Amino acid sequence: MLAALRHWLDDRFDWDDLTAPLRHKSVPVHRLSYWYFLGGITLFLFGIQVATGILLLLYYRPGANDAFESVQYIMTRVRYGWLIRSIHSWSANLMIFTAFAHMFSVLFLKAYRKPRELTWVSGVVLLFLAMGFGFSGYLLPWNTLAFFATKVGTEITGQIPIVGKPMMIFLRGGEEVTGATLTRFFGFHVAVLPGLATVLLLVHLLLVQRLGISVPPKLEVRWTANPSAKHEMRFFPNFLLREIMAWYVALGVLGALAAIFPWNLGVKADPFVPAPAGIKPEWYFLFMFQTLKLIPSKVWFIDGEVLGVIGFGLVGLLWSLLPFFENDQPSSTKRWISGLGVFAIAYVAGMSVYGHLAK
Amino acid sequence: MTTVNTRCPRERADMTTHQSFQPGNTRRQWIGALLGGGVLASLASFLYPVLRYLIPPVIPDLGGDEIVAAKLAELRPNSAKIFRFGSRPGLLIMNADSSYRALSATCTHLGCTVQYRSDLRQIWCACHNGIYDLNGRNISGPPPRPLDVFDVHSRGDEIVVSRKRDA
Amino acid sequence: MAILRNRLTSRAATRLCVVACISVAASVGNGQTKNSCLDCHAALPDPLGVTQEKFSQDIHAQKGLTCVSCHGGDQASDEPDKAMSTKAGWKGKIERKQIPQLCGSCHSDPVLIRQFNPSLRTDQLAQYNTSVHGKRLAAGDTKVAVCTDCHSVHDVRAPSDPRSTVNPVNVANTCARCHADPNYMTEYSIPTDQFAKYSGSVHQQALMVRGDLSAPTCPTCHGNHGAAPPGVDKVQNVCSNCHAFQDQMYEKSTHKKAFQEASLPGCVVCHGNHGITYPTDAKLGTGPDAVCMRCHTPGDKCDQARAGLQASLIRLEQAIQNADQALGLAERSGMEVSEARLAQDQARDSLTKARVTIHSFRTDLVDQDVQAGLRTAAQNLRAGQEAMVERNRRRAGLGVSLVAIGMVLVGLRQYLKKIEG
Repeated sequence: MLAALRHWLDDRFDWDDLTAPLRHKSVPVHRLSYWYFLGGITLFLFGIQVATGILLLLYYRPGANDAFESVQYIMTRVRYGWLIRSIHSWSANLMIFTAFAHMFSVLFLKAYRKPRELTWVSGVVLLFLAMGFGFSGYLLPWNTLAFFATKVGTEITGQIPIVGKPMMIFLRGGEEVTGATLTRFFGFHVAVLPGLATVLLLVHLLLVQRLGISVPPKLEVRWTANPSAKHEMRFFPNFLLREIMAWYVALGVLGALAAIFPWNLGVKADPFVPAPAGIKPEWYFLFMFQTLKLIPSKVWFIDGEVLGVIGFGLVGLLWSLLPFFENDQPSSTKRWISGLGVFAIAYVAGMSVYGHLAK
Repeated sequence: MTTVNTRCPRERADMTTHQSFQPGNTRRQWIGALLGGGVLASLASFLYPVLRYLIPPVIPDLGGDEIVAAKLAELRPNSAKIFRFGSRPGLLIMNADSSYRALSATCTHLGCTVQYRSDLRQIWCACHNGIYDLNGRNISGPPPRPLDVFDVHSRGDEIVVSRKRDA
Repeated sequence: MAILRNRLTSRAATRLCVVACISVAASVGNGQTKNSCLDCHAALPDPLGVTQEKFSQDIHAQKGLTCVSCHGGDQASDEPDKAMSTKAGWKGKIERKQIPQLCGSCHSDPVLIRQFNPSLRTDQLAQYNTSVHGKRLAAGDTKVAVCTDCHSVHDVRAPSDPRSTVNPVNVANTCARCHADPNYMTEYSIPTDQFAKYSGSVHQQALMVRGDLSAPTCPTCHGNHGAAPPGVDKVQNVCSNCHAFQDQMYEKSTHKKAFQEASLPGCVVCHGNHGITYPTDAKLGTGPDAVCMRCHTPGDKCDQARAGLQASLIRLEQAIQNADQALGLAERSGMEVSEARLAQDQARDSLTKARVTIHSFRTDLVDQDVQAGLRTAAQNLRAGQEAMVERNRRRAGLGVSLVAIGMVLVGLRQYLKKIEG
């Protein structure tokens, strides 16, 4: 029956021709091949987000008066609402984690090299979009923690010289965090960011399709010298089936997390109550937050926080342009990016732990 | 991970030499059953909650903004009822002239739930004898602040209470 | 423009004083016209010293009065003989016995006070004369409080000012200055432990820690200017001003008649007067805090009723706690039970109501409230238990889906092995 369907499609759309590259797509097999799964897992988790997000949209009501109660409604009254919502929250965190892991694995496997520079750039921007998703989505339940975390986060944005204040007002929908901020973040979270992310994702995936899967440099050298040593696996069905196994594992993990550690509701936000002590952003912003806390209030003549914010902006920009700093030169220059990667992981992990433990 | 051929040579050989090579057949059946059954079961376990989720629950509202406090014929003139508004109690009063008013029922002194006194036509807190007038103003006893007043309007046969709309 | 009068001086001095005072009053604010009194006395040591800074805090100074308004004299003159001459009406230090009359010369004149603050009372002196302090002063005892002892002098503030010595938050300390000093009070036959007791009381907590200005302090029950203990048979009236419901219950109870006939001070018998602590259910027990068994005989009808009342309250409190625990467990397991938590407030309200109804000393009435509370608490307990059942159901569901996922994983692995083996 499947063959009949293929025939029908082929008659009209030249289906076989279209799908030919997919059928011939292959994935290199080597000691480090397992890292190739991360991209697919991130994509899968994004799909989960879209699906659970759409389901949540059926009951969520944006607006300072309604938001918290509607999430409470989902958690208590809607059948399996607790499951959908908890999966959405957990998958968000897992997705950002796998996105980071995917990026670092690409860095260490050196898959960003020519001709894959734009894949890297689109990927880094996607990572920033994912963090934007996290930041905007976190506010939507309108509880105390989210309210103050948003206040602090947007306050920091306001520190950027010249453009900071207008940016902050744009983000907040006003001078302060209010119901207007909630409406705006909702718009970002369900329309603006998904639109941008979809476009970029398509670009990213198309590039991967077009350029094929990269192989670590040493292996590349070896395989070019000795083609018979090359090991590859067909994408269809072998790699895909393995990928699906990974997705099923991810589903199991998500289900377990949602059932055993359901995401909590918190207390409805009240702008007139003073901020509770020790407000912290979500874990994926902790390393930046902690860094800002550690910078002295004045460095030279520059305000410490401004320096920190500009610093991170610069780092972000340079990070997205990483491939362009590497050229086909002796290996000594190539090592420094891997070294930078190790430092970055250590810094992010270390600062995150520090930020979590600090008062 | 292993390298891949399109067909396992051993299996090909097996199929030609041994027509009914039991382990191979049963193994294939096993795998088929496991896979088929597993996929069906897992998809069912994913889809069932989603389908139940899509069906709206019986109670349509848990709004913090607006709530149906009573039905039209529920109260008599000069009587009241306590209803839940968001996470706090509210007091719905039907006046003698059959109009309605609604206020927060949490006493501003120490948080006891107030009640309507039909004999006094005032709102009274039993804990320390605090008295509010029907506009929520604290007129006697310890309460330091008035009660919050809500908007009331009727919609069909429902009495709907909502928070005041002013900015 | 106010015309200031001082009735205790001779007519000539009065006229002079009036002229001097008018010229003072004609200037707005303090320190605008010459005040020779302060010029010298600001530099003198205590007890003659009064600085401009201190006096500027005084509400009288802010309204335009000066030293001569009460002490007489000529504040325009720098020479002590002229400034403090009896011809100029100078009275010197006012004798304690004269102080109430002096203050009252303005403060009992409604026409005068109306020109400054129309809603200020003008019966303080009349009240004072009925008070224990006033009566003893009239009899010659100058140790008792007069106006300046409580209101301070030269820096008198309005009672609404939180720094005033008679502001509700501070006034107990003011009373305690004498009443808590055993040495000062040796010749009086009243105890001196009231302030110490009050400091540990629930009313003091409310007033000075929580800042609830409606909580009672010394003048609330004793009166301020007409300060006197309410009287044994009037105690119930005083407490009923706030605790109306308890009063209603008590009024209809058997204890009211019994205490009246025995000349016992109503509420104070069980609750104390100054050191009123939060009444626990132990008051109904048989331990050290128990009050019933001070009068009643063990084993009699009343003792049995008491035991029943205590048991009822304890049962309800226990039920509420159990429900709270179950809900807490459900919450920690990730279940959402906010509605039941809210309903717990209702159960607690029933307990409060039951504790108020105790004052009727009728087991049937108390039982009504307790039963209502028990019903609510039982519902909430059920909600907590149902939440745990639901939690287990979720974990079972999770188990099923994990089994299915496991099947798929194993199946896929086998399938892959097959097509690649």
